Amino acid sequence: MNLIRTGKAGTLESSDVMITVKGHSENRVEIKLKSIVEKRFGRHIRRQIEDILERMEVNSALVDVDDRGALDCVIQARLETALYRAAGIQSLRWEEIQ
Amino acid sequence: MKLRRTMLYVPGNNPNMVKDAHIYRADSVMFDLEDSVSVHEKDAARFLIFRALKCIDYENTETVVRINSLHSPYGEDDLEAMVRARPDVIRLPKTESPEDIMEADEKLGILEKKLGLPKNEIKLFAAIENARGVVNVSRITEASDRLVGVAFGAEDFVTNLHTTRSREGTELFTARQEILLAGRAAGLHVIDSVFADVNDEAGFRREVELIKGMGFDGKSVINPRQVGIVHEIYTPSIEEINHARRVIRAIEAAEEEGSGVATLNGRMVDKPVVERARRTLELAHVSGLYLDEIQEEAAHA
Amino acid sequence: MPKKAAGRDIPSKIPGFKEIKHFEGAFANTPLVRKQKGSRTLPRLNKIVESLEQAILKSGLRDGMCVSFHHHLRDGDMVLNMVMDVIANLGIKNLTLASSSLTRAHNPLIRHIKNGVVSRLITSGLRDKLAEEVSHGLMETPVLFHTHGGRARMIESGELKVDIAFLGVPSSDVYGNANGYTGPSACGSLGYAMVDAEYAEKVVLITDNLVEYPNTPFSIHQDHVDYIVQVDQIGDPEGISSGALRMTRNPRDILIAEYATHVIEHSGYMEDGFSLQTGSGSISLAVSNFMRDVMLRKGYTASFALGGITGSIVRLHEEGLIKRLLDVQSFDQEAIRSIGENRYHTEIDASYYANPHNKGCATNKINVVILSAMEIDTDFNVNVLTGSDGVIRGASGGHSDTAIGAGISVIVAPLFRGRSATVVDRVNTVITPGETADVLVTDYGVAVNPRRRDIYDRLKTKHLPLYSIEELYQKAEKVTGRPEPVQFEKKIVGVVEYRDGTILDVIHQVKD
Repeated sequence: MNLIRTGKAGTLESSDVMITVKGHSENRVEIKLKSIVEKRFGRHIRRQIEDILERMEVNSALVDVDDRGALDCVIQARLETALYRAAGIQSLRWEEIQ
Repeated sequence: MKLRRTMLYVPGNNPNMVKDAHIYRADSVMFDLEDSVSVHEKDAARFLIFRALKCIDYENTETVVRINSLHSPYGEDDLEAMVRARPDVIRLPKTESPEDIMEADEKLGILEKKLGLPKNEIKLFAAIENARGVVNVSRITEASDRLVGVAFGAEDFVTNLHTTRSREGTELFTARQEILLAGRAAGLHVIDSVFADVNDEAGFRREVELIKGMGFDGKSVINPRQVGIVHEIYTPSIEEINHARRVIRAIEAAEEEGSGVATLNGRMVDKPVVERARRTLELAHVSGLYLDEIQEEAAHA
Repeated sequence: MPKKAAGRDIPSKIPGFKEIKHFEGAFANTPLVRKQKGSRTLPRLNKIVESLEQAILKSGLRDGMCVSFHHHLRDGDMVLNMVMDVIANLGIKNLTLASSSLTRAHNPLIRHIKNGVVSRLITSGLRDKLAEEVSHGLMETPVLFHTHGGRARMIESGELKVDIAFLGVPSSDVYGNANGYTGPSACGSLGYAMVDAEYAEKVVLITDNLVEYPNTPFSIHQDHVDYIVQVDQIGDPEGISSGALRMTRNPRDILIAEYATHVIEHSGYMEDGFSLQTGSGSISLAVSNFMRDVMLRKGYTASFALGGITGSIVRLHEEGLIKRLLDVQSFDQEAIRSIGENRYHTEIDASYYANPHNKGCATNKINVVILSAMEIDTDFNVNVLTGSDGVIRGASGGHSDTAIGAGISVIVAPLFRGRSATVVDRVNTVITPGETADVLVTDYGVAVNPRRRDIYDRLKTKHLPLYSIEELYQKAEKVTGRPEPVQFEKKIVGVVEYRDGTILDVIHQVKD
């Protein structure tokens, strides 16, 4: 999946996460994480985001994450939404999503 | 006996509500992808509900998703995403004709087959929200085996009717009756519209009493606080339970003597009375009442 | 030599007297009185000193002493910072600072700690930046955390000797009669300050509202007060109290409050004449409102409500549903108004409230208490001091004092906040031992402490979602995922004292 523009999803409400993604100038993956549960879930969240990027074959991405205590499924949904928006893809690619 | 006393609306793009909508103990939770989600967030809400349904254990609460109309730009994607997420029920908005149901039924069948899911696994709920829907309701309720219920949406209905909702609800009377009759005839659950003023508890109670009296199985609710009130009103009272017990005892005694009819306090106890009594006791049981304890309390009283 | 100051012959030895102190004139040994009768031009007799600096110098403050404060002005307190700034300017070092609690108003203390003015803190709690700095190793000596009752105990018993108490008061007369419910900085009860006034070596009052003598009714008595300083303002009303607290609209809080009310109603402890304590949290306030409905339905009245008093409790009092209020701390404007107006809204001090070693404290007399929790573990130990990241951000308060005293202690909290579970396998810090916490009420369900089989038996048929606390723990972890353990350093930054003076837990510096 190629990121052709900046994609943003989510909010800063409690239990939500705001994720902004765009292509990386050095063609690599970089995750900037800010989380209210960083000490206890920081590594877990990074790993989860890396896994999703890998599965969706995103090789160049600057991912900015501002987490307000979102659950895994919320982080996943917001990242997927942001990636689809950044890639400009309208229809769902289920082979990547499942 | 399956209960659908309350169907709690949950805005589809609100993680704080979505993450544990079942804790309010509504019989069904309805994740909304339609009116509560702006056109800019349709994709976000679809992803959120898809992931939530796949990850979160909503325990015994029935999960319902209200998708966007299949004639909107979002409906088809909603439908496929939700079939893959496998909620219990998909609720179609603004049903106007049997074709609306048949179209959804057909698409669901194709998706189930494609994904290797059991046939007719996902059930349908129709929502009647305008005059055309009311006029066609008896054909709508017969349109698919997947249908388990029909819901009334009064807010859109009164707008379509060129009026507004009144305290007494006279403008809704015919529509409610039509929907109820059609739903009952087809063996479906029939649930009433939301009551919008969350702070008017007295008005809400009045409306729930009214629709319970009319025969509705329950009500759509927009605020978790309304759940307990509906359940309280739908739960049989101790007097009703004890009366039902006396009815059952009377008919059992009569049957032992070879008669199908008994009398209780000078009134005839026949089949419909017995059926109502059995329904009351079953409702009490599935409402979580402890019948043994009620007996004790009655004995003390 | 016999002396004849009054012209009488007094021998030097009288049977039964070891030593005779001879009369030396009426004024010689009596301070604080007019030295000359009949002079109308003398200034009115008072204890007012010109400035804080003078008060500090006159009180004899030296390096290494203990100064005390109270936290009735809460987030609006200006007194502690004002006093500490002057003390720092005087070059006094190495003080122990004992405040009944510390709030976010007290972040400037960080500077005084770094500069060596303050070397030890004794408090019920810490918040905001000061708490974060302490958690990250700001102090060499660990902070001593006490309960409200424990503080009264340590001061009364002399375990904690306060050299000088600096007490901000919303009104005082020139002789030191002070109360908390009149004046622009009114805060209601002065319950925590009353203990300091009685037991400190020297007492300095700081007020922005000097009133005519005698300032009755008074909470702090003139016979305990050494000096009085008048200042422009002792507190910011916005931070001292909230306005009328509205009933929460948060459905989660309401759900928990409904379960809690149901638990209390059927617990066996709610009957005509029962007594209760509720907190100031939004769930607690909602419980007060729902209990009102139950009381009206059942025709019950409560004999008294204790503790931090709120507007919702005042409402029940004024409706006649709660006969008497015992108030150690007034949480909002309604409570502040009421303590000034209502005959049976009585101010009590911290010892009367909760001192475990006096001859009888009020917490022993309550039937029902509603308490909050940051964390609670599967042994029912409760933490209200450190967050899920191990950082200090709360207060011990009256939590364990009331939990042990009440017939039923009901802990109310959501099962998790954001992604941080409230029910955990092991709390970061124990404030209230599990053997005194009776029922946990969450939005996901209710767990009764297995020690309270009696309560469980009464609740089991009452249509409540009852679970074991292990089940609630598993539910929480299933939703949030398993968190990594908090990383701590070796260094101890806080010591938690139980109300009886024994050490219950220690808090380590957090690792970054």
